[in-house]
Amino acid sequence: MPDATLRISRGEGPTGGETVDYKVPIAPGMVVLDALHYIQGHQAPDLAVRWNCKAAKCGSCSAEVNGRPRLTCKTRVDSLPMDEPIVVMPMKSFPRIKDLVTDVSWNYAVNKKIPPFQPKPGVEWKISQLDVDRVQEFRKCIECFLCQNVCHVLREHDAKPSFAGPRFFVRVAGLEMHPLDSANRAPLLKNEMGLGLCNITKCCTEVCPEDIHITDNAIIPLKERVVDQFYDPITMLFRKVFGG
Amino acid sequence: MTTSYETREHDVLIIGAGGAGLRAAIEALAQGASVGVVCKSLLGKAHTVMAEGGIAAAMCNVDTADGWKPHFKDTMFGGKYLNNWRMAQIHAQEAPDRVNELEQWGALFDRTEKGAILQRAFGGHTYKRLCHVGDRTGLEMIRTLQDRGVQLGFDVYMECTITRLLTDAGRVTGAFGYWRENGRLIVFKAKSIVIATGGIGKAWPVTSNSWEYTGDGMTLAYEAGAELMDMEFVQFHPTGMVWPPGVQGLLVTEAVRGEGGILRNKNGERFMEKYDPKRMELSTRDVVARSIYTEVKEGRGTEHGGAYLDISHKPAEYVKKKLPSMYHQFKELADVDITKGPMEVGPTCHYVMGGIRVEAETAQSTVPGLFAAGEAAAGLHGSNRLGGNSLSDLLVFGRRAGLAAAQHAKTVPNSNVSEAQIAEAERELLAPFSNPSTESPYAVHRDLQAVMQSLVGIFRTEEDLKKAFAELEQLKSRAAKASVEGSRLFNPGWHLARDLKSMLTVSEAVALSALARTESRGAHSRIDYPKYDPVWAKKHNIIVNEGGKMTRRESPVDEMPPDLKEFVMAE
Repeated sequence: MPDATLRISRGEGPTGGETVDYKVPIAPGMVVLDALHYIQGHQAPDLAVRWNCKAAKCGSCSAEVNGRPRLTCKTRVDSLPMDEPIVVMPMKSFPRIKDLVTDVSWNYAVNKKIPPFQPKPGVEWKISQLDVDRVQEFRKCIECFLCQNVCHVLREHDAKPSFAGPRFFVRVAGLEMHPLDSANRAPLLKNEMGLGLCNITKCCTEVCPEDIHITDNAIIPLKERVVDQFYDPITMLFRKVFGG
Repeated sequence: MTTSYETREHDVLIIGAGGAGLRAAIEALAQGASVGVVCKSLLGKAHTVMAEGGIAAAMCNVDTADGWKPHFKDTMFGGKYLNNWRMAQIHAQEAPDRVNELEQWGALFDRTEKGAILQRAFGGHTYKRLCHVGDRTGLEMIRTLQDRGVQLGFDVYMECTITRLLTDAGRVTGAFGYWRENGRLIVFKAKSIVIATGGIGKAWPVTSNSWEYTGDGMTLAYEAGAELMDMEFVQFHPTGMVWPPGVQGLLVTEAVRGEGGILRNKNGERFMEKYDPKRMELSTRDVVARSIYTEVKEGRGTEHGGAYLDISHKPAEYVKKKLPSMYHQFKELADVDITKGPMEVGPTCHYVMGGIRVEAETAQSTVPGLFAAGEAAAGLHGSNRLGGNSLSDLLVFGRRAGLAAAQHAKTVPNSNVSEAQIAEAERELLAPFSNPSTESPYAVHRDLQAVMQSLVGIFRTEEDLKKAFAELEQLKSRAAKASVEGSRLFNPGWHLARDLKSMLTVSEAVALSALARTESRGAHSRIDYPKYDPVWAKKHNIIVNEGGKMTRRESPVDEMPPDLKEFVMAE
């Protein structure tokens, strides 16, 4: 089999950097992360790559391959055109630490703000499989942050302080739709998480490696909840007349 | 002379943020302790996330005849009675409560028709016992624990590696490490430390383990004077992927067999009939792994040197629902549709039953103030672990370790850390930057893996193990000279140079114990000693650090009380 050329973004810190080409011998079934490991082991021992399971279960190895946000452990080299270099860049929406590793700590800070599961008091713990299935779609999330990376509210407008991003709408959807949960997260969604800024372009859904229907099944139903609570015309009129 | 380092102080420091570490943290927080959790990766990425099949707990939701005693009996039988019986008892008794607790914190498992937690069959379990979410139970567990810990308010030190425990007069007082992101140094002062760093699989090339599994915690404990136990027992999971090369070793969950998957050789023979006609595909992992290995060795393997595992006789929708990750894993990485045809599978290094010797009730090691839980600890699983018993182990003994660590912290004065120890730890950590050689840590790692795979694998002999020793000696001196390029900023070559030391330490402990145990038991198979030996049935191998030299001792196996023994031994 021929060699592949990987054109990798290298650099330290949030700005600057350059691309460097590496030749890698191709093996059957090879994924981009295998190629990155080959480069580390033979050519550039200090090439920074974040990864863990190499089985698409942990969501650590996110990067942009030929311009598309992907898990490098799941991207087969033979699925990419071989007559041109395979371009591997770090996720653009997060500041680069080094090479392909970015600082994703902002996501962990957002997560802390979300009120946890609050079971209804004294409830009998019986749940139907149908309810489990609905919520499990959201709990499949492996926190690869590719949806955060591709979302234009974060990527183009960098609205980080006021917008939580698709990942955390998915988390809230999982909590809100848990059949035994009793908390109300609609005010948080409206006021702090900036749910209204999402204009449902579905880019997040498109890149999700877990095939979560982020826009249709998480974001839109949450938008409906917020509308029900804050913009229902009868309730608004009631508020206007009686205050509150 | 040390360069600058930051200092943090906690009552309880937990090293490792998988299931055991997070459960320990939650319990220590509940006791009012200040808790720090250090992990080599980002939070939520630990190896627990890869656990697939389920959590073994006798909830009796599907098989009402189950109970803690049958679970205890299966665990002891699976471990060939080398288990710490008291750990096995505690584990079987407490696992159901630990599972229910997870649901109260927001986890959601698959359901029975009556709305209770559904349980599936698994190898070595007499009853349907594994609570699960499809084939991604570990993710559900780690996310639940992570969110619970964040809510209770632990401090997490992500992408931070501990390289040395600090001690004073024989007890632990802190830990030294570095931030992977920028290479800066950090010192933790702590009254209690819990090791929850998982296993050692990265010393083998064909493994289901992630890069983090380099035996760090065991090495830290060993260097601090703690005893390691049963290190010869390394579990090779029978079903890892064998093709294509890049995914070799990647786990194929036992749930495939739990859901009815059938193993065949290239002639179409259902070969488990020969090796364990009673349990067939759901025999214990040691037996199934050896059976596949033997079929391949005797020329009945598949094209890529494995066995066929077939679930395609089940309805396609059922397979996709119960084994979604397996469906996608094979479809995307191997171009195989498992609803239509068989998978090719073979043994992969998966788990170590041995580890830090702990006391059953408190999970305390032989060093005061140092605790261990999960895969890093030894005892529960004896010579072979049953599938599903690991996730329950993490919860049961993670909780106990956190509890005991918090209580211990209340009884000891504030910690003093030794500047001399810190200076020595720094010198060792930074040495690869000034080593004059051109030895690459990656090359040493590749060669170590080759040695462990060919000489300390599924089947072992005295000759091979002695050869392995000679090779390990050479590798140790090469590793000590390994040099790295670049800066201290997120430098994987440097990180590996440090991890190599841990891998070499645990590899030597495995080889030393394996050479001594002149019998075959559980996961330890000696071609030159193929039978059980009644003398070895009563002994553990213990590994200790005697003035810098790795030394082996023996220790008697604790006898079960007569009533339990009678129950366990009854047919």
